[in-house]
Amino acid sequence: MDTVDIARWQFGITTVYHFLFVPLSIGLVALVAGMQTAWVRTGKTEYLRATKFWGKLFLINFAMGIVTGIVQEFQFGMNWSAYSRFVGDVFGAPLAIEGLLAFFFESTFLGLWIFGWDRLPKKIHLACIWMVSFGTILSAFFILAANSWMQNPVGYRIDEASGRAELTDFWAVLTNPMHLTAFPHTIAASFVTAGMFVAGVSAWHLMRRKNVEVFRPSLRMALVVTAVASIAVAISGDMLGKVVTEHQPMKMAAAEGLYETQTGAPFSPFSVRTPDGTEEIVGFEVPGVLSFLATGSFDGEVKGMDDLQAAAEAEHGAGDYTPNVPVVYWTFRMMVYIGMATAGLSLLGLWLTRRGRLPGNPWAWRIGMLSLTLPFIASSAGWVFTEMGRQPWSVYGLMQTSQSVSPGVSAGSMLISLGALTTLYAVLFVIEFKLLAKYAKAGPPTEDEVAPPSEDDGDDDHDEERALAFAY
Amino acid sequence: MDLTTAWFLIIAFLWIGYFFLEGFDFGVGMLLPVLGRDDVRRRVVINTIGPVWDGNEVWFIVAGASMFAAFPEWYATLFSGFYLPLLLILLALIVRGVAFEYRGKRDDARWRARWDRAIFWGSVLPAFLWGVAFANIVRGVPLDADHEYAGTLLDLLNPYALLGGLTTLTLFVLHGAVFIALKTTGNVRLHARSVARVAAVAALVVAGSFLLVTQTQYGKSWTWLAVAGVAAGLAGAAAANARGREGWAFIGTGTAVVLAFVTLFGSLFPDVMPSTTTAANSLTTQNAASSAYTLEIMTWVALVFTPIVMIYQGWTYWVFRKRIGTAQIPAAKAAKSGKTGRPGEPATRKSPIG
Repeated sequence: MDTVDIARWQFGITTVYHFLFVPLSIGLVALVAGMQTAWVRTGKTEYLRATKFWGKLFLINFAMGIVTGIVQEFQFGMNWSAYSRFVGDVFGAPLAIEGLLAFFFESTFLGLWIFGWDRLPKKIHLACIWMVSFGTILSAFFILAANSWMQNPVGYRIDEASGRAELTDFWAVLTNPMHLTAFPHTIAASFVTAGMFVAGVSAWHLMRRKNVEVFRPSLRMALVVTAVASIAVAISGDMLGKVVTEHQPMKMAAAEGLYETQTGAPFSPFSVRTPDGTEEIVGFEVPGVLSFLATGSFDGEVKGMDDLQAAAEAEHGAGDYTPNVPVVYWTFRMMVYIGMATAGLSLLGLWLTRRGRLPGNPWAWRIGMLSLTLPFIASSAGWVFTEMGRQPWSVYGLMQTSQSVSPGVSAGSMLISLGALTTLYAVLFVIEFKLLAKYAKAGPPTEDEVAPPSEDDGDDDHDEERALAFAY
Repeated sequence: MDLTTAWFLIIAFLWIGYFFLEGFDFGVGMLLPVLGRDDVRRRVVINTIGPVWDGNEVWFIVAGASMFAAFPEWYATLFSGFYLPLLLILLALIVRGVAFEYRGKRDDARWRARWDRAIFWGSVLPAFLWGVAFANIVRGVPLDADHEYAGTLLDLLNPYALLGGLTTLTLFVLHGAVFIALKTTGNVRLHARSVARVAAVAALVVAGSFLLVTQTQYGKSWTWLAVAGVAAGLAGAAAANARGREGWAFIGTGTAVVLAFVTLFGSLFPDVMPSTTTAANSLTTQNAASSAYTLEIMTWVALVFTPIVMIYQGWTYWVFRKRIGTAQIPAAKAAKSGKTGRPGEPATRKSPIG
């Protein structure tokens, strides 16, 4: 393997791994904030117990999201220094603003929330968790602005003397059409992830009729969130698909396995092809649907990969401009089908639990638990599709991945880094999974354990020996 | 002022803020085995930084990202050139970060001992390697005409850089010891004070010799003032610590950390990455910078938001201003499971509150 391959594997592994934790964090913190709000407004202990229970799971997960995010920022400099030199002027800005605006916000207010239960007045303490939620979404906004620029570069010019991309319009970078659709799509998917997670863990307890007063409201809230978010995922996904068709036609053609340009192009829900991709072995097609999805009209023209390859060669010179078609085709389908499944499952769940009902059939609960994994698969597939579909480009149409890698870093160093990070990530995955399972099974604190903190405003100098509400 | 100079100052400010804040976090982690005689004391030590270490670490993230935005060439050269040391720092920060969160999540002495080791090494490695890295930045490294690092790992491990590593290590141990003394009561506080007494001597010797070499080799005339300030800060910290004036001692060690890095950044300017092969290959604030337009936008963002960040982070320190001691550590609350907790006794104890 040369350094480009190693660097690509490292980017893929660290990014997909990081993104197992991020969507759950983004969605779950908002759900926890919602539960704490319900407690502050109604004073019902079961909402406080739910807040503490889901809050703990959120923190176990959030820790991993944070520490793996550090690698994301610094591997641009370490593995992709040529890329960093070329785009730093444009790409660095949203990254730095993300740190300054969002990371400080998240981490500072999270510290206040974790340790501030008896140090802050109730409403200020509640505001802290909402601040964390706001911070996570703000962070997604800026990082997706950076990523969308790689997908569809806007607001820049190439400086003749230095050959570097230079920012000319920061507003254009923030309002990149790719970004304006990818951002809501990602946030909605995060809420689906958290919703299915809460629903799945609740199902485990409800099947055993344990702590029903805590988990029934959790389940209902999660299902409503999932249902609404699934619809938002579908709408934003459809909009994103049209933007991608316009700006990255090759990605969508590969997603559809469409080799020849067609009007009234069919959508293929399922297709198995020969290894070179040219001939279909089994599969079926729904006429006109792809044209509708891509252009909004059933007889719109959709460009095929052969024409796009020829056009790219004419523009950029000889080379292979087609991404890995099977990977792109199947990850796209995994994402779409799972998105449909979560929408259906959440609606079914809402109907089964309507007006105080709890299904007695254990399979209803088992399916609920198993579907917890679905959004993680879907969002990983979504990112693999997005990033692999952009190949061979690191910045679409401007810079190829093979030219982006650090020229001075040896393959040996990169292998050490790949090996060390992958090993550490694997170990941490096992630990994280076990901890989440342990605390998910342990259930919420009892009513006694959450006996409301005293009503004073945190000024407790009269009681020096009082234990901290929370300590590591 | 020229925007590139302004951004040199902003980035220096972010790094210095990082070392001032996370310097004592690293010190706390390194002193965990020394001051944590038993598990309750270890928890006292860790909880002195519990609510704030994460926010402190963000200073590094923002400093790095700001280099990317304002001086992409510096960011690219530094992070690809210092590849393996930076990888070690990242691994250390990952392990240390989850260790804080996870060490109390199981009621098992071996589990906690393992995470305590993670906190210790996760603090020692960055505390040492940051010094190595910054000493090398000031000293200069071989760069080729494309500004790519042209040396090997061994070039980074020169005596001057290793002394730089020892300097940050000892400074942070002292800074952490003084911070723990400031934030605790009882035995931990007294013990931290006696550790600080020894660490102050070590820091004076190690940091003193490193900064004298730096000053004579690379310094400017005004950086003598910063070097003198480091010496005064350390001496003041030692004196205040001996009198039990922990607040003053912390101001002393903080001054020393800040001025040590002022010396380094002051010696570096206007270079950001001097080249030892030929001066023509050196990166400077001019040839490493982003376009004026990017710097302008970033300047506005930094001017508006950095003070806001400092205000709310400062507020955190105010909210958690109280000292803690062994009496304030609540009983461990591991998840209820069959394996932990003796029969007939609930695995969790009711909080004494309310």
